[in-house]
Amino acid sequence: MSTVTKEQVEARVVETLASFGPDADQITRESTFQELDIDSLDLVELAQVVEDEYGVVLKGEDMKDLRTVGDAVDLIVSRAE
Amino acid sequence: MTERAGAALVTGASRGIGAAIARALARDGWPVGVNYRSEAERAGGVVDEIERTGGQAVALAGDVADPSTPDQLFEALESRFDRPVLVLVNNAGINRDDLTPSLRDEQWDAVIDTDLTAAFRLTRRALRPMLRARSGRIVNISSVVALRANPGQANYAAAKAGLIALTKTAAVEVARRGVTVNAVAPGWIDTEMTAGVASDLLAAVPARRAGTPEEVASCVRFLASDEASYVTGAVLTVDGGLSA
Repeated sequence: MSTVTKEQVEARVVETLASFGPDADQITRESTFQELDIDSLDLVELAQVVEDEYGVVLKGEDMKDLRTVGDAVDLIVSRAE
Repeated sequence: MTERAGAALVTGASRGIGAAIARALARDGWPVGVNYRSEAERAGGVVDEIERTGGQAVALAGDVADPSTPDQLFEALESRFDRPVLVLVNNAGINRDDLTPSLRDEQWDAVIDTDLTAAFRLTRRALRPMLRARSGRIVNISSVVALRANPGQANYAAAKAGLIALTKTAAVEVARRGVTVNAVAPGWIDTEMTAGVASDLLAAVPARRAGTPEEVASCVRFLASDEASYVTGAVLTVDGGLSA
């Protein structure tokens, strides 16, 4: 997992979130899921993408405290290290 | 025949209602995974019959009560037909009947494990490709005894009623993704599973006859079709009026 960079994870997270509705250029590290209209089911799907691609298992309890896109990226990167 | 973007998995499909469902979905163009636990020869017979009539199918061994089975079934089916599983029919079921005062823990556990817990695990696994595809159909084979008491089947009825609750809850969770989850509740159907079971139910069937596996399968085929895209969280009884 050491080959995964923060930039790569961020790009994949943004791409995945964009597939749920919001424009990619509207998504920043500071964006909250609430303002992007990303709901709990979207986060479950994001967790599945992350698991498939980085082997990082994110459980429901991991996801529920995430507020911003940056929170999610940082969590995934820390677990992938 | 319509070329399908996905495949269909039917659990417990070597005989009875499951075999009829596998045949019906294959006729509708779905490549079908014919899951079985122990009857390899009969599952092979279902596959042969489907292939003879121009369909595609593969026999997939696996006891659904084993927690590792869902991943194995999905991986085998997806690699065989090179497409995601977009239809899941949770049909596998067992009964271990006895009156409640003498129903043993192992009878209770065996039925809950196979008829309810396995369906949950398969549903959870199925939702991965379905959510990603923004398309999917899950059909849980419940039973009229979930809705109307039948003495001697407390375990079976609890599992089948649990399936209805699972159906409704999962349905509302994923509805906005184009995935539907429905239940079919057969009444008295002529199968090997019901052949040795004494029941007063048949006398109470308004249609005055048992149903056929094909009559259940045609309802499942509808729920798996594009035509049923706005039907979700529903329980379709197929019981000759028994629960009406």
